[in-house]
Order: sequence, then C-alpha cells, then structure tokens
Amino acid sequence: MFALVDCNNFYVSCERVFNPRLAGPVAVLSNNDGCIVARSQEVKDLGVPMGAAYFEYKELFERHRVKIFSSNYTLYGDMSDRVMETLKTFTPDVQVYSVDEAFLFFSRTQTKDQLLGIRKRIKQWTGIPVSIGMARTKTLAKMANYLAKKTQSGVVVLSTDDEVRCALNELPVEDIWGIGRQYSRLLRSKGIHSALQFRNAEDAWVRKHMSVVGLRTVWELRGTSCLPLDELPVAKKSVICSKSFGYPIDNFEELCEATATYVARACEKIRAQDSLASYLSIFAVMHERQDHYFPTYKNGITLAEPTSYTPTLITAAKQLLRTIYRDGIRYRKTGVCLGGLIPRSQAQLDLFEGHGKLKEKQGKVMHIMDTLNAEYGKNGQHGKKALRSAAEGSPVPAWGMRRNMRSPAYTTNWNELLTVGSPDPTRA
Amino acid sequence: MKKSIINIFSPDLGALDKSLPMADMSVEAGFPSPASDYIEKTLDLNELMVQHPAATFFVRVSGDSMIDAGIHSGDILVVDRSLEATSGKIVIAVLNGEFTVKRFIQKGRQVTLCAENTQFTDFSIDPDSDFEVWGVVTYVIHKAG
Repeated sequence: MFALVDCNNFYVSCERVFNPRLAGPVAVLSNNDGCIVARSQEVKDLGVPMGAAYFEYKELFERHRVKIFSSNYTLYGDMSDRVMETLKTFTPDVQVYSVDEAFLFFSRTQTKDQLLGIRKRIKQWTGIPVSIGMARTKTLAKMANYLAKKTQSGVVVLSTDDEVRCALNELPVEDIWGIGRQYSRLLRSKGIHSALQFRNAEDAWVRKHMSVVGLRTVWELRGTSCLPLDELPVAKKSVICSKSFGYPIDNFEELCEATATYVARACEKIRAQDSLASYLSIFAVMHERQDHYFPTYKNGITLAEPTSYTPTLITAAKQLLRTIYRDGIRYRKTGVCLGGLIPRSQAQLDLFEGHGKLKEKQGKVMHIMDTLNAEYGKNGQHGKKALRSAAEGSPVPAWGMRRNMRSPAYTTNWNELLTVGSPDPTRA
Repeated sequence: MKKSIINIFSPDLGALDKSLPMADMSVEAGFPSPASDYIEKTLDLNELMVQHPAATFFVRVSGDSMIDAGIHSGDILVVDRSLEATSGKIVIAVLNGEFTVKRFIQKGRQVTLCAENTQFTDFSIDPDSDFEVWGVVTYVIHKAG
C-alpha cells in the first residue's frame, strides 16, 4: 500500500511555524516578487489562482489584509528535510517526490488511526500540517490525498473496491495524476469524464492515443502498481532527481559528473512542462552508515532569477557540491532538487533588455538540445543522450534580485534570527 | 507579564559534524604509546544535545524572566518539539501570538506558566486564551565568562 503525504499550503505553513501572528490570510511570492507561488486557504477562498501576477491582486490583498512574503527557499528546504526525516521514523520506504510531498510504502494497509498518528507526529515535531491519502497504487494514493485535503481529519484510506469506485466516480479526468490538459480534452471528447470511466477504457485504445504512459495510469487506477519513482509525473512545485551509485564514489570529479547528470535530467523535466526553477539544492549521502542512518549533506541556493538553463544550474550545483564535499569520504548517492517552480510565462520580464535577449538565446539552445535528444537520444549508444552540456555558463549574479518581503532564514542563518516583539516583518 | 524575547533558528540537519577530536592519551608515567596521537573517537555536541534532529530547533533568549533557572538573556536554548510538555518542564510557548519561555506547571486542568525571577509574575492560562506549547527546552547553552 502506498501513502502520499502532502504538506498543506507548505510555504505558508513554514512561515506560520515561526510567526504565530500569521493565522489569517497569507501569500508567498516567487523570486523578484513577481507571482504568487503559495496561498493560505483564506487566500484560495478569495479566488486568487496559483501563479497569478502579484500586481494584479495587490489591491485585493490590501483590502483583505493578506500578509505577503517573498519566498524563503532556504527555510522551506530545511523544513522539508525535517518533514521527510520525521516520515522515516514510520518506515524506511520513503520516496521524496517533491519539496512538500512524499510516498510511503507499507506492506500492509495502515488503519486510519495509524495515519492520523503520522499526521499528528509531523505536526508536533515540525509544526507542518499534512494530508495523507492511502491506496493500492501511487495514482490511487494521489487521488486519496486529493480527497483527504477536503476532509476535516486530513486522512483518507481507500482500501475496499467500493471505496475506490466511489472515489474514481467523483474524480474528473483533469484531476487524475499525470493526465495533462491535452489528454483530458481528448478523453472528454470521447465521452470519458470521470476517472471511473477512464479506468474502464480499453487498453488498446488508451495505448494508441495516450502511449504507454496513459496505459500505466489506467492500470494504476485499476490497482496494479506500475509507476517507478523515476517515471512519476513531474511535480508541480519541485523536481527531484537522484540515484544511488553502482559503487561508492570517493572523488570530487566523479561526484560532480553524477550530480551534473541529475541536474541535466531535472532541467529536462522542468523544461518539458515549461517551468523555471527558483531554487536549487543538492545533497550527497555518505556510503558508511552511522548508527541507523546514512549521514546526508546538503546545500542549496536561491537563484537570482528563475531558470531552466542547464549550464547555469550545473555551474551552481558544482559550487554547492564543493561546499559539502569532503576528501576521504565515500558517497553512495547524490541528488538534485529544483524547487520553486513557476510557469515560464509567469517569469518576470527582465530589468535589463540585453539580459532578456540572453535568456531568449538560452531558451533556443535548450530547445534544440531537447529536440535532438528526444529524436536521437533513444537510439544512441547505451541509451546515452545525443547532446550533453559541457559548457559552463556563468551563474546569474545575485544582485538585482527583489525579495523585499522575505522572512528571516530562521533555521539556517545566525544573522537572520527572528526577533519576536519587533515590528512585523510583513508589509501588509 | 513582561515578554521574553526569543530568536529561533535550527541545527543544520545535514551539516558536517563539527566534532571535537579527543585523543586517547594515557596520564600514567612511562613511554608514550606509539598510538597516542591516533584519534580514536570524536565527540559531537549534537550527539549530546540533539536527540531528535528533525524536531530540534535553537532559540535565543532575550530577557531575564528565567534567570533563576539559569537561563540568561542571550543564551541559546535547545528545543525539542518531539517531547510532550509535562508539569515542571521549561517550555517555549505561544501566548496570544507571542513566543515566551517559561516553566510549565500543570495541576489537573489548570496550566500555569511560571517565570523564574521574583520580579515577574506567573501567568495562569484560562481556557479561552490563545495558548500553545511550541516545544520543550532540553538544554541551555550559556557563554562562560
């Protein structure tokens, strides 16, 4: 059985842990304070859509006294680690899917009470409220989570066939995990409106029109688990690429190479969904076990401006890796997380025109690379990609970034400690 | 009740452990062991003070309300959120939207937040007040001298 644990309004919840006065409406903005990347329930209820441009809602926010924050990815990353570590106290089988979501695997169905226990511990230890959905496959667990978000208890278990059927019947095709807008339009045009109808579609038809990916989704809806982590649909807020090495790595060059590969893969994923990343973090896991865990070192950086340009991110990843790498230590695994994903269309126009042209050029290069890789990559030797990045673009300088309303890095910077009693850091 | 001002930050979960090497040196007279400069073990303050890294936060104190409990202004408290607040523990509490550090005393249903300084008054929590225990203080880090 899979459980999907999803943090509620994650960025907002992180801010609330350290600021008890944020009980009311809160919104978090992307880098440069351009668009809205997180909303408290109150803000969702005001009808403010995810990814909306901040300036369009500024007046509404002022009227409703919405507290506004610039994104604080350092804080969110640290709190995410805490949530994930706490989840590992329940089962070692935790697959971190994004900054605020993880799949847990249990060989037996957990009762609702057990899931409530998980929820309670996460809230107590970290201060973050979560919703949990449990079912036989990841796609069904995702659906259970979707339902859990709407319940008071925050927990939904779909164990019997009847429970699953009822839930599928309620779920519109657009909300099935991994079914994009294009496919849902196709399904609707064929009279398939609910997940239940989709589940009953014929394999051959699905395979023909929606490829093997669509077929897998159908099987998952029927209760046959067939989604390995590597092939999960791209998460909306962050993408994680990571893999254990075939053998322990003990030198910087190899570690760098592996990390660069994961960066490139993660970049491809976010470009495929036309997103840009605002935050990059990398981690390296030690080969040797200490007590009952493998020490993990990580570091992250908030990007001066959101990007999906592989060379920029590889350069940044290498710099980060240098800060956590130590000679004489053997590593079993590295990984990359691209966070704070925003739609490319929402990315702010550049302050400097020249810079904008540079970005356009970078976009073209990446497009060509992705197209060639898609076309020739699969036939390449040993599954290797036709084109890989060897270049190192210079990272975008950090100056010029607007984060006027960022909360302090409470958990990671000694110079940014919260002083309770001082004027409220929010502007609104 | 005067407010104690506190700052909150957290241990670096994945940080390189800044361990203090402790050489295994013999104090007895005689020839030094050829292995005397071999570092056998390192002591890690995290190991001593942080039992649940995911649930542990550091908090900086400002104010003297807990001075008789050995908590001075400027000290850093180790706060473990995984522990239940039981009567007698020192806790970080949120009271009416403000953080405070106090001793948690519970008699039956009555909760009192006690200062450890005669110049401060205790605070009885009435059931309507906006009150929550944020975490339990496990260690006090005080700079000597």
